[in-house]
Amino acid sequence: MATKSDKIDMQALLEASHINEVLDKLDQDLVGLVPVKQRMREIAAYLLITKARLQLGIEAAKPSLHMCFTGNPGTGKTTVALKMADILHRLGYIRQNHVVSVTRDDLVGQYIGHTAPKTKEVIKKAMGGVLFIDEAYYLYKPENERDYGQESIEILLQTMENHRDDLVVILAGYQDRMGTFFKSNPGMSSRIAHHIDFPDYDENELLEIANMMSADMHYNLDSGAEKAMQDYILKRKQQPHFANARSIRNALDRARLRQANRLFNDAIKHKKDTTAADLSLITAADIRASRVFSGGLDGESDVKKT
Amino acid sequence: MTNPNGIVTQGQFSFLPALTDAQITAQIKYALGKGWALSVEYTDDPHPRNTYWEMFGAPMFDLKDPAGILMEINNCRKTFPHHYIRVMAFSSVRGVESPTMSYIVNRPKHEPGFGLVRQETDGRNIRYTIHAYATDKPEGERY
Repeated sequence: MATKSDKIDMQALLEASHINEVLDKLDQDLVGLVPVKQRMREIAAYLLITKARLQLGIEAAKPSLHMCFTGNPGTGKTTVALKMADILHRLGYIRQNHVVSVTRDDLVGQYIGHTAPKTKEVIKKAMGGVLFIDEAYYLYKPENERDYGQESIEILLQTMENHRDDLVVILAGYQDRMGTFFKSNPGMSSRIAHHIDFPDYDENELLEIANMMSADMHYNLDSGAEKAMQDYILKRKQQPHFANARSIRNALDRARLRQANRLFNDAIKHKKDTTAADLSLITAADIRASRVFSGGLDGESDVKKT
Repeated sequence: MTNPNGIVTQGQFSFLPALTDAQITAQIKYALGKGWALSVEYTDDPHPRNTYWEMFGAPMFDLKDPAGILMEINNCRKTFPHHYIRVMAFSSVRGVESPTMSYIVNRPKHEPGFGLVRQETDGRNIRYTIHAYATDKPEGERY
């Protein structure tokens, strides 16, 4: 004798949110990251069920949604945060599908009394959506007890508690340093509901990423270039400041520069006409000219900036 | 009496019962949808010609959601529970560049109102002005 109020059409709920499309797109767009995708699915399912429970009145309070993404640079934390915002928005947990991405500089002031208004301003801007704090561990500097970061953390904690319906905070950073950060800020740790760890990409995944990226930019790697890319990845991984997908993007950007230079020189020498295919082809030479192959470090832009 | 509620009527919605937070949120949403920047102001001088109220914090640009502004309104209410508080919306559209909305969201419990002051001038002429009883007391102690 089910009355109307103790049954819910899960199918309709699922379809209305289009959540499957987002998850499928996530599978397509992101190479590797299997555990991350798995967690995203779990969280999405959990949120959908909670939504149903809320509608039936089994659950009274909205669940805590604050998250922590840990992983090395270039493993897709920001990209996943955007997707997560999309999922939360579709399920109605946040009102605006927007992500405000900040770092320590945006939150912490430079003199006494500067921090609180600065942090509050950022929080107000992020309200209704997701606040993504990159390299969150920089907020806490134990070596300097007068650091203003602590003040910022306290305001964040207060907001995370009092405005749970208005704001979702996602902290991101290297795993070990986030661990230290949480150890010294237990209040923060206990308010984070979901920890997601981002693994590094392996060589094959990085090559796949390189292919996807160049396709996105409407470039082709010929088979020689692909082999060169493979070697590049192996060599680059051994070097310091390797930033996973970001290093690949930078390598491709530089290969494009070299390609443009090559075509330019060819044109000057009137060697031949340039076709559309030439314009979008990256050859092995474009990649092998990288300093990584001559034992040097590639590109200053790789030097640390998450 | 033209003002049956005995309250200061300035800006929008001032002849209506006080707006609830939900109604304020809806108004803010409307303003944000138009791309206007909102700010919160307060005063304890209710004279109608007192147009420049004190600003509570900085004007809020680039906000997407009403919750941030409501948070600021509530902060202001906590700080100045017995002041007049209004929400202003500002349009930066070229050629407009002025406030587009203004409504009171907080007022003192008791508003003594205004008295009519007559000033005798040359030739037994009379000049009339209004005077808020509240402003007989110094700023901050008025309500």
